[in-house]
Amino acid sequence: MSAAPVTNTMTLVPEPVTLRQYARNWFMGLRNGELGALPIVIGLLVIAVVFQSMNSNFLTAGNFVNLMVQGAAMATIAMGVVFVLLIGEIDLSLGYVSGVGAVLTALFLLPDGAQLPTGVALVGAVFAGALIGLLHGLLITKLKIPSFVVTLAGFLGWNGVVLLLIGSRGSIIIQDKTVVGLASEFLLPAVAWGLLALCVLAYAATQLVQRAQRQKNNLAVDPLSIIVLRVGALAVFGGAVVLVSNLSRGIPYVFVLVGVLFLLCTFVLTRTKFGIWVYAIGGSIEAARRAGINTDRVRIACFMICSSLAVTGGIILSSRLRSVDSNAGGGSLLLYSIAAAVIGGTSLFGGRGSARSAILGALVIAAIDNGLGLLGLGSGQKFVITGLVLLAAVAVDALSQKGRVRAGKG
Amino acid sequence: MTAKPALELKGVSKQFGAVQALHDVDLTVSPGEIVALVGDNGAGKSTLIKSIAGIHPLSGGQILWKGKPVTVRSPRHAADLGIEVVYQDLALADNLDVVENMFLGRELLTKAFQLDRTEMERRALAVLDQLGVTTIRSVRQSVAGLSGGQRQSVAVAKAVMWSAQLVILDEPTAALGVAQTRQVLELVRRLGEQGLGVILISHNLHDVFEVADRIVVLRLGQNVAEFDRRSVTQTTVVEAITAGGLSAVPGQNEETAS
Repeated sequence: MSAAPVTNTMTLVPEPVTLRQYARNWFMGLRNGELGALPIVIGLLVIAVVFQSMNSNFLTAGNFVNLMVQGAAMATIAMGVVFVLLIGEIDLSLGYVSGVGAVLTALFLLPDGAQLPTGVALVGAVFAGALIGLLHGLLITKLKIPSFVVTLAGFLGWNGVVLLLIGSRGSIIIQDKTVVGLASEFLLPAVAWGLLALCVLAYAATQLVQRAQRQKNNLAVDPLSIIVLRVGALAVFGGAVVLVSNLSRGIPYVFVLVGVLFLLCTFVLTRTKFGIWVYAIGGSIEAARRAGINTDRVRIACFMICSSLAVTGGIILSSRLRSVDSNAGGGSLLLYSIAAAVIGGTSLFGGRGSARSAILGALVIAAIDNGLGLLGLGSGQKFVITGLVLLAAVAVDALSQKGRVRAGKG
Repeated sequence: MTAKPALELKGVSKQFGAVQALHDVDLTVSPGEIVALVGDNGAGKSTLIKSIAGIHPLSGGQILWKGKPVTVRSPRHAADLGIEVVYQDLALADNLDVVENMFLGRELLTKAFQLDRTEMERRALAVLDQLGVTTIRSVRQSVAGLSGGQRQSVAVAKAVMWSAQLVILDEPTAALGVAQTRQVLELVRRLGEQGLGVILISHNLHDVFEVADRIVVLRLGQNVAEFDRRSVTQTTVVEAITAGGLSAVPGQNEETAS
């Protein structure tokens, strides 16, 4: 709890009416430690400049498409991480849970085995992920074992399950066209532009409808200019992504999948009761309980969402690698995914974060990984540098937290 | 006290194992009346409100709500009846904004099963306005950024919004500075003016004398005194709190004034 300041001049933020006031509020928020996505945007710019100056292949259309494919699995898993971090928990098992999902998918689709229809196989694997999450969640909420311990056990246990499932095969090649196509097939340029136009229109429509509704109820509304600015930013940014991608192979299907999952997660977190309950539990579980929320059920659901997204990420990864082996879900995947959510701005202590942070954080890590790869540096350098970036991100968060406390918003 | 009581406790007792936390306690609250519940630590104030709020089942006695006997099964049941408790530690989630906190657990949905943020904000503003809470400029800021008095106002407004007829305030001014205490007491007075029954628990007799209509003193789980605020001095109340006569032995004469 923050020490209540006796004067409250700093906390009284007038509702913005004009663009100028809006900018001033934003700047005041910045000074008070509400940095939003600013540090990460600056970070990405720095990364781009540094790598481009060291290797001119970094900022090419081809490499940009590579980046999307490479970061997709991590971004997906990191979105799941956001859900458990928001309720103040952790999931250390999701690397190998994603491995279990990938191996299950591969086994379901084995041509000489019981080859299931692709859809059934994928849904089955994701469902298995949800069951794993259910198991973790039940142990954590009903037996009250800390999530750190349950998922640490899961880390070992699911690694074992991956090995058992793979058995003596060593590795399984994935031949299913849909699964492989996820990472290696691309949207036609016209389709990509169409999708973008659809997104921009839908975004503009929701913003305007919301504004009209608020206006009808005499509530403070954002200035129209800021809405135009927001929609314009989406159009320009999205346009740049599509334009650059189309110079090379195009927008990969997996990018669309991650985009859909992102919209879904954002919708759940910001527009549903469940979303508010997730934030409430992270902020004060006692307050949530007193408000009559079934906190156990919400927490279990978060673990289920996390595991399901981990499996989805595992499938995306296996699509890129076109095979699964006994290493599935191992290596740096787990720590990269958690780091992505944190670098993006999701708090490790619950209550603060967003699906967007997973995407931005994954972009940073994928860019570093990719850039250092281009420079021909090995895993040693990659890990050291990624570790430093994580540290920097948490340091920025800690410093901005100080600003928030000073402003009485701790 | 012309209206018939909203809440009536008759001979309420509560045991925790061998410990008799409440013994034969009576209490009435009428609509529009502010009743202060005072007593030293361990006097049973918290146990009493938890019994009313449905957190502890009673060991004996009766609760009458609007003249009808009820068994309050849970906090949710209490809320359904129209009894809202504002706890000392407020039970607000710091990271949520004012509107989200006021509707937490009872969010409104649109026809498309989405949160109806517009309607929630409209209603929250209406209630804050009705209670004369003017210090909160934006209901879309997170509660963490509010002062203690503002937070208390939000918690009270939350109770009022759910059409409470009886609001129980547990130490609402305990952690507040002078100006903010004034704010909250003003708010308590306004609750009474709007016809709500209020039970105010406080250690601060100064606050109690400022807003209460009636003062009920508990000591060691029993009623020891009940005063009309206008015809009593602080000294008398303090005496009752520290040395009020007990009727612990069953069958002994009641020494409590009424």
